[in-house]
Amino acid sequence: MTTRNALELKGVKKNFGRAEIIRGLNLEVHEHERHVIIGPNGAGKSTLFNLISGRMKVSDGTVKLFDNDIHNLPAHKVNRMGLSRSFQVTNLFQNMTVMQNLRCSLLWSEGHKYAFWKSVLGQDAVTERARELAQRLNLTEQADVPASLLTYAQQRSLEIGCTVASGAKVILLDEPTAGMSRTEANDVIQLIQRMTGENTLVVVEHDLSVVFELADRISVLVYGEIIATGTPEEIRNNAAVQEAYLGTEVH
Amino acid sequence: MATNTAAGGFNPLKLWPWVVVPLVAILLPFIFDSGHAINLLSHMGIAIIFALSYNMLLGNTGLLSFGHAVYYGLGAYVAMHLLRSINDAGGEGLPLELLPLVGAGAGLFFGIIFGSFSVRRAGVVFAMITLGLGALVHSSSLMFTDFFGGEAGLFGDRTYAPSLFGIDYGPSRNVYFLVVAWALIAAVLIYLLRKTPLGWMANAVRDNPERAQFVGYNPTIVRFIQFALSALFAGLAGGLFVITDEIVNDEVVGAIQSGAVLLGTYIGGIGYFVGPIVGATLVTFLESSLSAYTEAWVLYFGLLFIAIVMFAPMGLVGIAHLQYLNWKAGGWKGNTGIRLYILLAGLVGIFGLICVIELSYHYFRSWDPSAPFSLMGFTVNATNALPWLVSFGIAIIGFALMLFHANPMLKRKLGAKSDGGNA
Repeated sequence: MTTRNALELKGVKKNFGRAEIIRGLNLEVHEHERHVIIGPNGAGKSTLFNLISGRMKVSDGTVKLFDNDIHNLPAHKVNRMGLSRSFQVTNLFQNMTVMQNLRCSLLWSEGHKYAFWKSVLGQDAVTERARELAQRLNLTEQADVPASLLTYAQQRSLEIGCTVASGAKVILLDEPTAGMSRTEANDVIQLIQRMTGENTLVVVEHDLSVVFELADRISVLVYGEIIATGTPEEIRNNAAVQEAYLGTEVH
Repeated sequence: MATNTAAGGFNPLKLWPWVVVPLVAILLPFIFDSGHAINLLSHMGIAIIFALSYNMLLGNTGLLSFGHAVYYGLGAYVAMHLLRSINDAGGEGLPLELLPLVGAGAGLFFGIIFGSFSVRRAGVVFAMITLGLGALVHSSSLMFTDFFGGEAGLFGDRTYAPSLFGIDYGPSRNVYFLVVAWALIAAVLIYLLRKTPLGWMANAVRDNPERAQFVGYNPTIVRFIQFALSALFAGLAGGLFVITDEIVNDEVVGAIQSGAVLLGTYIGGIGYFVGPIVGATLVTFLESSLSAYTEAWVLYFGLLFIAIVMFAPMGLVGIAHLQYLNWKAGGWKGNTGIRLYILLAGLVGIFGLICVIELSYHYFRSWDPSAPFSLMGFTVNATNALPWLVSFGIAIIGFALMLFHANPMLKRKLGAKSDGGNA
């Protein structure tokens, strides 16, 4: 096989007390692909992201990132191994400006760690990459505006920028177009396609038109299990999916 | 928040505070040249270092500590032991100028030990652990008398120690210059720390520890390093205290010391680098001079703190900065008089309130409430109705004018201006 797996989940389970949210989930995400996860409300999509990104511990099963086990690592270690994520609710350093947010996101991947003997503003490589990112995000004019004063759509793009900036190879985006108008959503989709080029992308999304536009492959998550994985065409024609998800959503 | 300012070219003209403030500090003991005043100035310098170190936690990293005196005090004790061993060795050993470094080393040492388990979480958990550690160390200081000297404390002799530059540290003015030198070094270092990756990520962890994790940083380690470095500077301040006072007792590690640095830092303004400097100076001044005038000084201190927390959480420097920005943007045009009026009315109200508090203190605390005493230059009798009526009258008139006349006037004026802008 030529494609290797960027992410590989085997028999992943997660329960909160006696409530089983994820029930023996298997998922393979190929390198460089754009993989969209869909599913009805409460299917466990956000929990799944929290498990992959190290924000929550799995109850059982394994999660592999490029053949390394990551299911027991804390979030910052998962990030250092090449995985980054955005959140359903905007999650930025609200008091910092756009440039400061981008700089903070770049510091670790540029190898500055916990250094307390060098100036941040003196690191030309960081400055240059932050400027370049701001430009690609169309936020150059807002470079010195605090994140809390940006519009919602701008905050979402900045968050995608920060997620990409940390140098991750695998990027998880949790409902990147939630709460946006049609045109805003289209802009964000284009932004995602532009920013994530070679990266492996895993996206949770509700908006089906977005899903079919973005996805190389789709997985359908229902009640803590993946019931189908395939190309958009295959998913559209899958009877089980139509019954469990599309059928109930589309009428 | 003005914690880390935007990028921009290096402008040497912007360095003026770093030249002017030390120059003023050096001139001060020639203007206020009594022994008491110079001692007070030294204590201000030490309090400034201590408050700056505290703000590395509270303002920069969002860690509310109720036990920062632990590192200040333990630094002081260790430095005192070294000073005593120098005394015992007949004044041979480490030069006095470097003694604060010993305190700093001790602060760092204990910061690493106590920090290793207390910074895992910020917020309430951290605050409670520091409170517990503060109580633990304070009670130890009374139990282990060999190291802490018991209630009497430990004494040393700063003049019986070598000097790097052959300076005689008998006169307190020379000690003051040593304090200024160390305060300047500490302030520059703490200022520069804010510009480093660690300083930036400390702000990031304060604002959003989760996001910090997803850009690769472990919030616990960021907090830990900040905590240890902050303890280092607290220990440095403690080492200087040994030189100025030549005595340490259990008070230096006590809860009052921890509380004072928290109040001073907060009153000055935790969001600004100069906030703790202003706050520590003010609080030290109030502690020493207000207590000479009135028994109620602790109450005033508390009222000031409450007022800041309730009405100006950005602190005194925050108020000044806000007004300055407003003035610069032309917000004062045509209403400067009204603003002065608000200030004046407020001051009159505060004056009346002070009279009421002083009367109450005399009435309830004095052996003989009817004995005449001096209030604002007048000799009054607290059992008569007149001084009470006048005091309450002044307070009510002052605050009423401010809240119901001056403030609405400013609002109307500003409202009219913005309406005019829209028309």
